[in-house]
Parts: sequence; C-alpha cells; structure tokens
Amino acid sequence: MRWLGRYILFIGSLFKNREPFRVYVQQILNECVNIGIDSLVIVVIVSTFIGAVTAVQTAYNMVSPFIPNYIIGMLVRDMVVLELAPTITSVVLAGKVGSHIAGSLGTMRITEQIDAIEIMGINSASYLVLPKIIGAIIVFPMLVILAAFLGIYGGFVAGVATNALTQVEYVYGVQYEFVPFNVGFMLIKTVVFAFIIASISSFSGFFTKGGALEVGKASTQAVTSSCIAVLLADYIISQLLLV
Amino acid sequence: MIEFQGLHKTFGSNHVLKGVSGVLEAGKVNLILGGSGTGKSVLLKCLVGLLQPDDGAVLYNGRSFHESNVTEKKAIRREIGMLFQGSALFDSKTVEQNVMFPLDMLSNMEKGEKIDRVNFCLERVGLAGKNDLMPSEISGGMQKRVGIARAIVANSKYLFCDEPNSGLDPRTAILIDDLIKEITYEYNITTTVVTHDMNSVLGIGDKILYFQAGEKLWEGTRHEIYDAKVKEFNDFIFANIAMQELKNRN
Ligand SMILES: Nc1ncnc2c1ncn2[C@@H]1O[C@H](COP(=O)(O)OP(=O)(O)OP(=O)(O)O)[C@@H](O)[C@H]1O
Ligand SMILES: [Mg+2]
Repeated sequence: MRWLGRYILFIGSLFKNREPFRVYVQQILNECVNIGIDSLVIVVIVSTFIGAVTAVQTAYNMVSPFIPNYIIGMLVRDMVVLELAPTITSVVLAGKVGSHIAGSLGTMRITEQIDAIEIMGINSASYLVLPKIIGAIIVFPMLVILAAFLGIYGGFVAGVATNALTQVEYVYGVQYEFVPFNVGFMLIKTVVFAFIIASISSFSGFFTKGGALEVGKASTQAVTSSCIAVLLADYIISQLLLV
Repeated sequence: MIEFQGLHKTFGSNHVLKGVSGVLEAGKVNLILGGSGTGKSVLLKCLVGLLQPDDGAVLYNGRSFHESNVTEKKAIRREIGMLFQGSALFDSKTVEQNVMFPLDMLSNMEKGEKIDRVNFCLERVGLAGKNDLMPSEISGGMQKRVGIARAIVANSKYLFCDEPNSGLDPRTAILIDDLIKEITYEYNITTTVVTHDMNSVLGIGDKILYFQAGEKLWEGTRHEIYDAKVKEFNDFIFANIAMQELKNRN
C-alpha cells in the first residue's frame, strides 16, 4: 500500500515542473528506436509460434464433424487478437524492456548521474522517465499489431501444413464474423500495458539505493511487478470492456 | 558567498548533522575537511539541495535556498556546478555531449556557439580534441577533468567538488587540485571542496572548515591551522602530516 502511494506520487512528479517539450522530442525518438530494435526479434519469434501452436491445438480439439474447418481460422484470429498478441507480447516486453529500463536508471542512480541532472535544476524524473513511457506507448502498439499479423500467419502456416484445413478455409475463417472493435480492444490493452511496464520499471530503477547488487535486484523486481500488474490489468480491462 | 546556519539532518536514528553553521567565501577555495563518515557528503548534498535538511538554512548571496519557490530554486541551481565523487558522467554520451549537456538544457545558444564553448572548456581542463571519446574510454583523472568542464561550462558561480582527488595517484591529484584552484580565481567562483586529503589543505585551501561527528570544530585560513586550539583538529593534521612524511620517505 505504501508502495502504491509512492508510485502514484512518482507518476505525479513526472508532470510537475517539466522541461519544455522540445527537450523531450529527441529523447522520445531515441527511446522508440531502443525499444523497437531491442524487442523486434523476440516478438517475431514468439508471436509466430504462438499462432502456429494455437492453430494446431484448436484443430486437435475439434473432433466433431459438424463443426466446419474454417472455425479454426476464426478461433485463432480471436484468440490472437483478444489475448495472445497484446498480453503475451507485453509479458515478453516486460522482461526485455522492463529490465532494461530499471537497470539503466538504477545504474544512473548509484553512479550519481541522476544527481548530476538534478543539480542543474532539471526535473530528473521527468527528463529521464517521461520519454521512456511515451516511447513505450508509441512502440508497443506497433509491435503488438505486428505480433497479431504474425500470429495469424503462423496459424495459417501450421494449419495448412498439418492438413487441418485448406488455405481457402483458413482465410475464410479469419474473415468470418470479424468484429473491428476487437482490434480497438487489443490496442487499448496494449497502451495500458505499455504505461504499466514503463512506469513500474522506471519507478523500480529510479529509487535504487546501494550498489551493483541492488541494480540487479531492481531489474528483477521491475519484471516481476510489471508482469503481475499487466495480468491484473488484463483481467480488469476484459471485465470492463468485454462483459 | 554561501552561508549555512544550524543545519540538522537525521537518517532514522542516525543524527548525521548536528546543527552546523559556517560561511563559504566568494572567489575562494573553501575546504570541508574531516574523517570518513563525519557527514561531509551529507552536508554538501544539503548545501546544493539534493537532500532536504531537517532544520536550518542555506543562503546563496542572501537568497535562502530551501525557502525558495520552484522557480527561484531553479535559478539558484543553474548557478551551481558540481563535480561528483565518481565523476557521474553520462555513460551513454561522448565527452563532448557530456560537457554540452548543461548548455543543451539550460541555454538558448546556437549549435556553433555551444561547440565553441565546449571546446574552450575542454581545452581549459587539458582535454582538447578528446571530444568523441566515451567516458568508459578515458582514465579516472580524465573523467574528473570532464566532470569539471561540465560543471563550469554554463558559467557557474558556485562550484562544489566531492573528494575531487579520491582514487587518483598523488601527481594526478595535485594536477586536479591545481586546476580547481586556477579556475576558481580565473572566473571568480565560490568553490567548495570536500576532502580528507592534507595535501589539498596545504596546496589549495584558502579557507578550511573542520568537521567531526556532524559538528564543525574549527574554521579558519590555511595559515592559521598550526595555531588552532582544537585538540581533535591538531591530531588530525599531525596524523596526516606524519603519514605524508612516511609515504615520502618510502
Ligand atoms: N542517504 C542516506 N541514508 C541513510 N544514511 C545515510 C545516507 N547518506 C549518508 N548516510 C549516513 O550518514 C553518515 C555520514 O555519511 P557521509 O557520506 O556524509 O560521510 P563522509 O563524511 O562523506 O565520509 P567519506 O569521507 O567516507 O565520504 C554515515 O553514517 C552514513 O551512513
Ligand atoms: Mg563522502
């Protein structure tokens, strides 16, 4: 509870006495490039395989001859868009981006680099953390859209390769009863997750005390806390928007 | 001139600063001297506002730092340069970007002007042409020089140095000390140096404040140290000078 209070105060402090916006533009671009390049490979691999596995398992579970094959395509699409692409990608990114954010801020803290910024009369929290949060909010949705495409494509490849259904059936299934809102739902979730991961990891790194050991602990703590928070938020958003 | 009055700072049950007062003189090198763990760094952080003292006041030319509003605080902060104990260079930026950082953030100078100013400062600390190196590629002594260049690049009026020659060999330490002294006189800066190094006291200290266990025991000029009537301070001086003698003999 005290943790939550300090976290909320921290978020508030990001917006007080911040620097003029031009200062942030370059920083935000840098963070976008960092986050994007860093995570591209892992997102591509994870999402393709998850789509493939989903297709194979769905086909395996469909024993009734009365259910048409194209349903596999539809199910893969919905599972990928509603849950797998945004949530699994975010959990993976919590590991990759979250630990990087906490580690770099922790190192800056213990080597007094944050004090060096503070001493110039700059709001160091805002200067360092805001670009990371905004960068994550810009790049996470891009990565998740990519993950959704690749997930559905992975399902296509695996479904067709295992003769569970034909190409035409899969494509028909993917288009069958498509609800555009689901894509909006996916993006809303992703933006919330991006904020959660970037802010919790920053919070964890920014207040590191001690030495290199504590920086490592802050990184681990950042990943654990943001994963839990992402899953909790996932449940809450689903309750609010889908039920 | 910087005055501090009745500063108290407590961490949990650890009463680190027990109501210390003093004056740091303009255009001079002021030394804050004392053994390890006496609260020198804590005092320095209270002076520059990185720590909030529990009680007491810090006046920058009469302006009370801790009672100022945010805008006034920023104005004072922008006159402060600080060299940190571990240099605290930004390790993702080059030497040039490190020194330029305060100008990028605080000034409206044109790119060309900024580069000229950075080159001037780098030359002043003896690092001309090292612009494109990363902090990890230069020695500890060079890192301190970059730290000094960064601290003075925005024309600071107040310079604070936390143990500027810790971790350096004696010759490099003297070079850094001399650099701090020269810069102080050249640009009429109010400089405050935290140290426990007797060489610094004899070499560059215009004014000395001696601390022990969170209290100021003695304050005076370099020429007065041998006449000091404070036993703890005398012990500190002679212990250090004896050590120095031994070192020199070996
Ligand atoms: N942020 C902090 N939280 C809790 N205690 C602290 C903090 N900073 C300093 N202290 C305590 O304050 C006391 C004085 O520390 P300080 O760093 O000022 O010593 P110092 O005089 O600078 O010593 P040194 O010469 O070794 O650097 C120590 O007992 C230290 O444990
Ligand atoms: Mg210290």
